[in-house]
Amino acid sequence: MQIKKFLFLLIFLFSINISAQELSGLIATESRLFPESPLNDKQVGTYNLSFSFKPELYYELDNGDHSFLFVPFLRWDLNDEERTHFDIRELFWLYYSNDYEIRVGIRKVFWGVTESSHLVDVINQTDFVEDIDGEQKLGQPMINFAYIQDWGTLDLFVLPYFRERTFAGEEGRFRFPLLIDTDNELYESEDDKNHLDFAARYTNTFGDFDVGISHFVGTSREPRFIPAFSQGVTRLVPFYDLINQTGIDIQYTTGGWLWKFEGITRHSRAQRFFAFTGGFEYTFPDINGSGIDVGVITEYLFDDRDQQNLPSNPFDNHIFIGSRLAFNDVQSTDLLVGSVINHETGSMFLNLEGSRRIGESFKLNLRIRGFANIDEEELFYGFRKDSYSQVELEWYF
Amino acid sequence: MKHVKFLFSLILLIPVLIISNEIYDQTANEARGLEIAKEVDVRDTGFNNSVVELEMILRNKQGQESRREMRNKTLEVDGDGDKSLVIFDKPRDVKGTAFLSFTHKEGPDDQWLYLPALKRVKRIASNNKSGPFMGSEFAYEDISSQEVEKYTYKFIKEEQLNGIDCYIVERYPVDKKSGYTRQVVWYDQVKYIPHKIIFYDRKNDLLKTLTYHDYEQYLDKYWRASKFEMVNHQTNKSTDLLFKDYKFQIGLTDRDFDKNSLKRAR
Repeated sequence: MQIKKFLFLLIFLFSINISAQELSGLIATESRLFPESPLNDKQVGTYNLSFSFKPELYYELDNGDHSFLFVPFLRWDLNDEERTHFDIRELFWLYYSNDYEIRVGIRKVFWGVTESSHLVDVINQTDFVEDIDGEQKLGQPMINFAYIQDWGTLDLFVLPYFRERTFAGEEGRFRFPLLIDTDNELYESEDDKNHLDFAARYTNTFGDFDVGISHFVGTSREPRFIPAFSQGVTRLVPFYDLINQTGIDIQYTTGGWLWKFEGITRHSRAQRFFAFTGGFEYTFPDINGSGIDVGVITEYLFDDRDQQNLPSNPFDNHIFIGSRLAFNDVQSTDLLVGSVINHETGSMFLNLEGSRRIGESFKLNLRIRGFANIDEEELFYGFRKDSYSQVELEWYF
Repeated sequence: MKHVKFLFSLILLIPVLIISNEIYDQTANEARGLEIAKEVDVRDTGFNNSVVELEMILRNKQGQESRREMRNKTLEVDGDGDKSLVIFDKPRDVKGTAFLSFTHKEGPDDQWLYLPALKRVKRIASNNKSGPFMGSEFAYEDISSQEVEKYTYKFIKEEQLNGIDCYIVERYPVDKKSGYTRQVVWYDQVKYIPHKIIFYDRKNDLLKTLTYHDYEQYLDKYWRASKFEMVNHQTNKSTDLLFKDYKFQIGLTDRDFDKNSLKRAR
């Protein structure tokens, strides 16, 4: 069904006048190798193959005062039918004037400064089947008004529609022992996914400090799960609470140092809690005249929420240690290695991300994720056999 | 005896005179070098804002080429360094990436990077002066706004370069993180524009030569080269920077150089 929808959109895309437009995008193939057998024999075995397609259509009027952007996204997965999915990542109109900007449509917005978690970033829903790192997002319908003054930028958001989080299906890796019932979500709000959410964000730069203060009122993007028994199986039903969340993010930049802090306080019916991530990144540039930059990153992640009655946060008392290498070569080779560690249980989540351009329009991405010594208490205990390496080849057009 | 003493004092004075003369020459040459650099700066002041399309051609030792395309917007700031916004068009995987920098006459610059895939604006460390820009032979410090205060100067001599009367001026980076001990610059005596720069690395070995080609005058005042050629003598790699479609005073303001403009940049 989703593929049909997508093909229809493609035909529409090519049938309208393209003369004053710009079409670009990328096609990618992704191979994943899982060295360990899955916990459940219905899950993907050793090898998985997947393709994705993300075209981008841009149209401009009035010297760019008005512009229009359309970015559909399609993923096809060999094994997991939940991972085969279509989404409109972006579809919006932008009007830009001297002291304000208006954006209406489907968008992706990013808030925050830290590397290992994105507490403050609440506008978009996570596309969890895309990647378990939480950085892939579903398009969010919105009206966004940005007011830009000498005293800073004030962004106001009206968010009329809720996007449910995506989860792996029965055949997919990265799932819990019990399946998640993504067809019967529950909401605290009577309006379900039509509840009107609001958000506001103020950002400004004060010398070496970049500061953002934000508030969100509406349906939580993070679900908690309620076990439900039907047709002889127990499934986990996602429940989305109504929340109020205030966040602050600060970055202090001096010399090679980036000092970062993100903190939130969230209120829902069950509890008010506090969470923060803070740390630093230091870069040694151009090591011995080689052109290579080496960065070291350390962050501490804290969350005092009641993990039983609220959506769980896997990182509540963890340390992130990482290093970033930028080769600054013609192929823009870079490498990021990092590990999130629970220093009490010794559970480790390892991550390696590398990329390198090939020729003028191809890019090779390498990713290795490892779950080591995972304690039963950890939220991703169900992923303990899902360590994998991934090679992705992207073609940009 | 008195005469002998006088003569003796005179002889003693000779080295003092020579040294003081040298000191005089040195300070005079420093003053003249600074004066030339200031004149170069004054003659290029007042263009207010500009936009230009750039193509970068990177060549390795074997002569294999790789291309980059970008656009650069510049805004002059009264009493401080320029603001600039670079938007990348090619290679395609970096399309939409934008780099905003506020250069300062003194102290580190402020720099932000926009990553379109994540929709993320990142303030980045500005301690990277000597590293390569986009894998090219241009270091960040070569392409950032050339403020008078970023160097100290010494006039060397007058010399012709390709039939053009030039001043040769040595300049020494103030920033300790610079990749250079010194740069030797050939300035046009009439137009006060650079024709050539030779760069010496931290060990004071010959590193790179930059030459400027096909200058054109805009608004009857401002000279802009259509091509920069940078050759690295240590690696035999080279980078050409081609500039086209210069436009001046097109009404750019601070609003075109803020964090919001990064997200809008295309």
